[in-house]
Amino acid sequence: MATKSLHKRESNLANSNKQLEILSNGIFQSGELPTFKNKIAETNQFPLKAKKLEVLQINVGYMCNQVCEHCHVDAGPDRKEIMTRETMLQCLEVIKNTGAHTLDLTGGAPEMNPDFRWFVEEAAKAGIKDFIVRSNLTIIRANKKYHDLPEFFKKFNIHVVSSMPHWTRGKTDKQRGDGVFDKSIKALQELNEVGYGMPNSNLRLDLVYNPSGAFLPGDQTSMQKDFKKALKDDFDIEFHNLFAITNLPISRFLDYLIASENYEDYMYALVEAYNPVAVSNVMCTNTISVSWDGYLYDCDFNQMLELPVNSKIKHISNYNEELLEGRDIVISQHCYGCTAGAGSSCQGVVA
Amino acid sequence: MQKTYYDPADLKKFGKISDWNKELGDKFFEYYGKVFEEGALSAREKSLIALAVAHAIQCPYCIDAYSGDGLQRGITKEEMMEALHVAAAIRGGASLVHGVQMMNKVNKLEM
Ligand code: SF4
Ligand code: SF4
Repeated sequence: MATKSLHKRESNLANSNKQLEILSNGIFQSGELPTFKNKIAETNQFPLKAKKLEVLQINVGYMCNQVCEHCHVDAGPDRKEIMTRETMLQCLEVIKNTGAHTLDLTGGAPEMNPDFRWFVEEAAKAGIKDFIVRSNLTIIRANKKYHDLPEFFKKFNIHVVSSMPHWTRGKTDKQRGDGVFDKSIKALQELNEVGYGMPNSNLRLDLVYNPSGAFLPGDQTSMQKDFKKALKDDFDIEFHNLFAITNLPISRFLDYLIASENYEDYMYALVEAYNPVAVSNVMCTNTISVSWDGYLYDCDFNQMLELPVNSKIKHISNYNEELLEGRDIVISQHCYGCTAGAGSSCQGVVA
Repeated sequence: MQKTYYDPADLKKFGKISDWNKELGDKFFEYYGKVFEEGALSAREKSLIALAVAHAIQCPYCIDAYSGDGLQRGITKEEMMEALHVAAAIRGGASLVHGVQMMNKVNKLEM
């Protein structure tokens, strides 16, 4: 596992322009592989347009207690970008006036933002009913002050979506760091204890699987079967759905692909697995992503690539739903990660 | 002409065999696809069998393909290596079981 973010290492790839350059040059420039734009144009899906906003995804900061090798956020303990209360207040204003019914909190480890709980409480008052928190699980065990998170999640009926790369210790720790597996198991058991993930429970607990390497995820339904059986048999753990997600070739995962000389083969695999049907369900069509400093993006990936929304409105402080609806989504070759196989969305695919 | 017998890039061109005989090529790929569908055996089990067979027949394309396929299905390294030992045991056994034939022959010839 990496121990420092690309930013901290002052890596070339910490620069989003550099990443975009790599994604546009080489095999895509020479025409060996079609660009995403040309590919979706084949089925008349270009330009990709935003539909009605349903989900407001807010990235409350890039700080994280982990430094996963594949992280598309380049998150880690050394990242200091954190959303302030002032920006949160601007988000709350929007929540009150928007049709979005779901608030999706992500990071980093969103729970590490000092105003995380305050924000959830205020958002609930502002009328949000559906909360999603993307929790890395280990945060619950990382420090005493996080031990009661399962209770907090329960109080606001938060839908917990957690990453779990494999049901074996070896594969998990390799991707996410030593000790991550044991802590994740403990956290899952604690979530189960308060009712999360139990059969017929309203407290939703879903797991996200993403491959630990330069390969695509297998069939979601059979992976879910394997995960359920192994976690139940070995640790008596229950959860609801498994989302098998493709790693997008950006940030640390892109760095890994290049360093391990897997980049070209991986892009081939993505293009080969392209599924035109998945295009209409990509997350950017019903989501807007807000960065820690309040800027607006089509999705969390575009946020990391610093590709702002294609609209006059760029910041949450002058948010305008009508102007944003129907905007053209900003795309590049990383989008192939969203259209491989059944598609990659923690909301879209329900097995 | 390339300088080696095997080129990893050729694996992607497998489908091209249909160019020179479409009917049989198509039939083969249809059959191939059907074989690996979920059935009495799971697709996962079939992937492990394919990996073992790939080693038994020593096909580098198949090894490439089914190592990747196994990872995608969440098959662990331990499971993969065990499958290989099954192939190796059968291959080794196939040699050694002929030892009985050798022994029969020697016993017959020797006074
Ligand atoms: S837990 Fe999530 S945000 Fe944190 S480093 Fe890992 S992938 Fe990135
Ligand atoms: S990467 Fe973002 S913009 Fe591209 S298809 Fe996926 S969600 Fe949409």
